[in-house]
This record gives sequence, C-alpha cells and structure tokens, in this order.
Amino acid sequence: MYPADYRYTKEHEWVKVTEGVGTIGITFHAQKELGDVVFVELPQPGAHFDASQTFGTVESVKAVSDLYCPVAGSVAEVNAALADNPALVNEDPHGKAWLIKLKLDDPKAADGLLTAAQYEEFVRESEETQA
Amino acid sequence: MATETQTAPRQTALNAAHRTLKAKMVNFAGWDMPVEYSGIIPEHLAVRTAAGLFDVSHMGEIEIRGPQALDLVQQVACNNAAGLAVGQAQYSALLTEQGTFVDDIVVHKFSDTHYFICVNAANREKDFTHIQAQNRFKAEVNHTSDDYTQLALQGPRAASILQRLTPVDLSAIRTYRFAFGKVCDVRCLIARTGYTGEDGFELYLEPPASEKVWNALLEAGKEDGLIPVGLGARNTLRLESGYALYGHEIDDTTTVWEAKLGWICKLDKGEFTGRAALVAQKEAGVGRKLAGFEMRGRGIARDGYPVLVDGKEYGRVTSGSPAPYLKKNLGLAYIPVGASAVGTRIGIGIRGATVEAELVPTPFYKRPK
Repeated sequence: MYPADYRYTKEHEWVKVTEGVGTIGITFHAQKELGDVVFVELPQPGAHFDASQTFGTVESVKAVSDLYCPVAGSVAEVNAALADNPALVNEDPHGKAWLIKLKLDDPKAADGLLTAAQYEEFVRESEETQA
Repeated sequence: MATETQTAPRQTALNAAHRTLKAKMVNFAGWDMPVEYSGIIPEHLAVRTAAGLFDVSHMGEIEIRGPQALDLVQQVACNNAAGLAVGQAQYSALLTEQGTFVDDIVVHKFSDTHYFICVNAANREKDFTHIQAQNRFKAEVNHTSDDYTQLALQGPRAASILQRLTPVDLSAIRTYRFAFGKVCDVRCLIARTGYTGEDGFELYLEPPASEKVWNALLEAGKEDGLIPVGLGARNTLRLESGYALYGHEIDDTTTVWEAKLGWICKLDKGEFTGRAALVAQKEAGVGRKLAGFEMRGRGIARDGYPVLVDGKEYGRVTSGSPAPYLKKNLGLAYIPVGASAVGTRIGIGIRGATVEAELVPTPFYKRPK
C-alpha cells in the first residue's frame, strides 16, 4: 500500500526524494478520510515553505484541508493535472496525483520522517481509536 | 477547573444499520448520524437520477389535538392552515413576536382536531416549549418525536420502488398530500414531501419496525439503483434546490420577506405571532434579500465566508458548497436590496483572497416535469 521508498508525516503527506528534489503528495489514508476531492489549491513555482508550513489546500464536498509542507524547500513544479481533474487525488494519491515538487533546502531532511512501516502503524493505531 | 463531560450523542433506531453499511458517522445536533455511505457525490447523483434512502429520524414531531387545535396552529404558524384538507401537508414557520424564525416546519392535517407537525432536529425542545407557551386555547400539545422513525425515499424512481411494498395507490397521493397505509405490512404515514427537490416520500413509522422497512426498501430498489444517502448529500441536494436550512438562511434574525419566503406568510388569515412586526417590515421595506450565487472565479464558497458587495464586506455566506449535479460551486447569502439583482457580481473572501461570484436566479436546480 505505502511505497517503501517514500517518507511520511503524521499529517498524512508523503515525500519521495530524488537528487535533492522532493515530490510531495497526500496519502491513501488521507484521501479516504476526505472523501471525493473536488478542488486543489497549490502554490506558485518559486514559493518557499518551511517544514510544517501550509502550502495549499485540498477540498472535499464538505471540508477544506490544509496541506503541510513535510520538509523545507522551494517549489520547482506544480501538478497542473489537478486543476481540471481533482478526483485524481482519490484515484492515484501516491502516483499521478503528486501535488508539488520542491527543491529541498536539505536533501537529507526527509530521512527523519516516518518510514512506510511506521506510517502504516500510525494509521492502524488511529483507526483503532476511532472505532 | 473541572472539564464538562459531553453527553453521548443520541442514536436513531437505525444506528446499527448505518454502521453495518460502513457509513461515516458524525454528531449532528446531538445525534450520531451518517454523513455518507458510498460518497457524497454518488449519493447526490443517485437521488437526482434514480433514488436515495435517508434516515431522518433525528427530526422531531409535535402533535396538537382537541377542538381548538386549529386555533393554536393558526396562532403559532404563519401560513394559513384553515383551508387544509384532511391528508394535506403545508410548509410553514413558527415565528417570534419580532417576526423572525423560531423554526421552519411542515404541518399535516390528520383531522379537524389533530395536527401533526414535523420540526428540525436541533429545535425539537425549543419548538415544543414555544408552542406550549402560546397555548391559551387549551389544545393538547404533545412532543412525540421519540415515537417515530422517519425515512425519506427520494428520486424519480422513488414511487415505483415504494409501490412494490405497499397496497396504497401512490399515484393518488399528490405532492404535499399524505395517507396512512402499510409498507411491507408495517403501518406508516406515507407523505409525498421531501427536502431534495425530487419526487419522493417521507415515511413515519414506529421505531421497532425500522430495520424491517429500511432493509426491505433497499432490497426492493437495488435493481433501480437505490442506495442509502447521508446528511452530506442531504445538504448538497437542498442547497442545489434553493431550500433554506434553519441556522443558516433562516434564524431569529431573519424574516420571511428577507428570506424570500413571503409565500408561506398569510397576513390576511388573521392574527398570529409575529404578524404585527411583519406588517411593519413589509411597509417599511426590507434592507436585504436572500440571493443565490454561482462562483465565477476559481474557488469554493463555504458557510460563513465573507461576502463583498462593491468591494466592501457586507455579510457572510449562509450556505456554500459544490453542487454535484449541476457541477458548479454555489451559495446563498443576504445581499443589500439595491445590489440584489440577478447578474450582479459580488466577491467571496476565500482564505485572504477575493474570488468573484455572480448572483443567479433560484432555485438553481428544478426537476424536469
């Protein structure tokens, strides 16, 4: 379910680092909790975000959810496909529905985030307390 | 400082059924209710194109009996119930002395001496107390909310689905009429009423029979595309149809004239609570009117977002959301009368930016004849 080469946050974002560039998206669990995604608001290329800073929003029919930057960096690229097809976030949250690509301030910063196994455990625990 | 313990939300008789269907549950007005089952969008579309089944048992019922039942109904509610036939229902409202809303209601005439009123979940106790306080007529007022499960079966296929389970000839029940009869052998009040803008029925029945009727309806309508529908789609459906929701478009600060509900207010029927204030406001003219808008810029208007008229902040969005059938982002808001013409451009404040919207006629959606 959760790719082993990604890193994860407790805010349900994932980041995949390739040569100093971090591709960022929201997890399968996040899109399941949100329901049908109808709108995605993303920043402009060039904008800089610190870790934990809000970089955009993803909206379902009922709610607006902030997107929190997992690691500090500057926006290199924004996924244009999501403007016309926000439902992609529900369909392929770990792949085609990547949100932004960041030129990372520190390429090693993502190493400190949760591994796939740790994130899966975190999701399992949160689902148990909700039942 | 001791922390206040929250009382656990109440449950309808169908709570277990919702959980079995893996509904996402939410606390609504103190009730543990299903927000969605398969998703708000598919549920909304099912009601518009096939049928949807809602558990709305959280809503309340108040019954007024006795030789002076009509007198009390006429006093507390602004629409004219005097001309109702037995088996007829009527959308109306309970008002304050200031002519503002206590609640919007549906009045059903069971007989000359028995009226049955359906009220909003959040206002059960408030409405009961309000009606009792005005009962100088010695009518009998009973709060019977816990005696009923209420289901709503709504959509173009609702009638054909329900007909399979009842000997009552549904074609003889016109809109806003009702009859008593058996639905899979369970006695029900079968009312052709609803809150979705589609044809459909609301069933009132004894709680012990709830799961039997709920399951039988879902089974009978399966091939027609009937699915369970939660409060999320209930809200998007009523918004698309331009229906008011208490606490949003109507409350104790708004009047029927402002809310475009003048048609339920019959000043000439005689005295009723709030009449004098409404006569005065009608003569003076209203300062603002409820208007519908469509987003023109990129963004979704939501409840409570600021509304800008001529660049100045005026009020707040009363209801705003994506509309799944029309595939537009819609909303309702109070606009100054001078700026409330269809076609006027307004601004909606969305997280610091102003996004343009345009006033459009309501209802946004009207079901095809």
